[in-house]
Amino acid sequence: MKNCEEYLAPVINKIPPSGIRKFFDLVMNAEGVISLGVGEPDFVTPWHIREACTEALAQGYTMYTSNQGLPELRQEIAAYLKKSLDLKYCPEKEILVTVGASEAVDLAMRSLIAPGDEVLIPEPCYVSYKPCAYLAGGEPVSIQTSAVNKFKLTSGLLEKHLTSRSKILVLSYPNNPTGAVMRRKELEEIARVVIENDLIVISDEIYGELTYNGSHVSIASLPQMQSRTILINGLSKAYAMTGWRIGYIAAAPAFVSAMVKIHQYTMLCAPVMSQMAALEAFRNGKDDVKQMRGQYDQRRRLVVTRLREMGLDCFEPEGAFYVFPSIKKTGLSSQEFTEELLKKEKVAVVSGEVFGRGGEGHIRCSYAASVTNLTEALQRMENFVRNLSRGLNCRGLKEKAR
Amino acid sequence: MQETKRKELLKVLEREGNIPAKDIAVMLNLEVEEVRSEIAKLEKEKIIIKHTTLIDWEKAGEEIVSALIDVKVTPQRDVGFDEVAEKIYHFPEVKAVFLVSGGYDLSVLIEGKSLKEAALFVAEKLATIENVQSTMSHFILKRYKEAGVILNKFEEDHRQVIIP
Repeated sequence: MKNCEEYLAPVINKIPPSGIRKFFDLVMNAEGVISLGVGEPDFVTPWHIREACTEALAQGYTMYTSNQGLPELRQEIAAYLKKSLDLKYCPEKEILVTVGASEAVDLAMRSLIAPGDEVLIPEPCYVSYKPCAYLAGGEPVSIQTSAVNKFKLTSGLLEKHLTSRSKILVLSYPNNPTGAVMRRKELEEIARVVIENDLIVISDEIYGELTYNGSHVSIASLPQMQSRTILINGLSKAYAMTGWRIGYIAAAPAFVSAMVKIHQYTMLCAPVMSQMAALEAFRNGKDDVKQMRGQYDQRRRLVVTRLREMGLDCFEPEGAFYVFPSIKKTGLSSQEFTEELLKKEKVAVVSGEVFGRGGEGHIRCSYAASVTNLTEALQRMENFVRNLSRGLNCRGLKEKAR
Repeated sequence: MQETKRKELLKVLEREGNIPAKDIAVMLNLEVEEVRSEIAKLEKEKIIIKHTTLIDWEKAGEEIVSALIDVKVTPQRDVGFDEVAEKIYHFPEVKAVFLVSGGYDLSVLIEGKSLKEAALFVAEKLATIENVQSTMSHFILKRYKEAGVILNKFEEDHRQVIIP
């Protein structure tokens, strides 16, 4: 037998190893660490939702559901999309319940991409879009957004990256890791380019409910855009239900039935007990979402203010639960910064380049952490930055003396 | 201060305890002076009654015996139950007193250093108060939740330390 590696599909080598694995091990082996590196809510799923699941189990809900998901759940999803985004979807033909928004991204890519099709991906962004595009046989094309534009995609940037093979645009706003949101006006600009160039949008709106200073707008709700948008959302972030793995897709019937083809043979259906919990979340969980959003918003202001006070440039994030300050002033790379911060002050944050080349020079701080932990972590970061700048000054002086 | 802001401020104080006014101001998008003066005002109006710390005394190694006492009372002309309640709540052993509907009138939470001390307090001090008809003691065996906080380890952070 040859080396096992030689049997692997070539596409596997296109996917780089996890950017956080090594750092994860470093954090695991250190004691007394406060982690602001967690990309999920610090809240536990509200009790009534958990109870709905245990009750479902007690009643014997342990079987498969229809491939598309429980009909009642699809109705709730349709009702939610109507109410929150004023979008009308048919629960029978246009909605698919998936195993997390992650599966939804994979399904969307696989159902649309022909070999060589280009997938436009604004970065920094969540880590799965590029690998999913590769796995589907597509060619991801990174678009670097920057702090200058508040990490928003602009029509100019988008147009610059268009080729004759461009087919899909991925939008993930509110954005992980930057906290950027796209408001209606900005989306209208993008929609214009999308329509002119006959693109399909995969819009990952998993953080939609966590939008501050206004409400979330979906690109699907703009004129002529619903039919060219695959809207992805889920319950993970809004309802603190990450481990339940419930996401969903809303899209035109032809898209949904294509995705159901893949879903039925690879996943069959989302777990029924999680779907039952999701049903309860939609029916009785609105106050929970509001309450959690309120707390995130308070912490957001706290973290941004403190980061700015310690001299880090930090644009104001308006969604999700991340702040993405620049650490360029310190003279360190993102990776050096995160490793040194962990070693010296026992605070874990995620290095910006994990989310794409354009993330270099930034770090992602999650404020899905208690106020007590946040204030302690920020104090430690301030010590770290202050000591760094002293060190830099010393070096500067020495250089002068020479 | 706006009514909604005021309520937000109270909620933050209740949830986070004594965090610096500077941080509260940032969290609520207020000026720090505004926060300070509003807290002072709320204290003066006795809306903020006290800044306390929730302690698990059992864990701290302190032996405390607590009991909930149902007290039946003959109500008094003009003052109803208030007079008896006042006589009860002045005892330092008494931690809380509520007027309740149902089979009895006052619900009294008491604390003592031992079972005997608590039982004697009921027999000698509480039951002998004028117009107290009867008492029934329920000793507290285990505390699960207090002041909105679950006291066991059930909901610790189980998340992975780093997640993209």
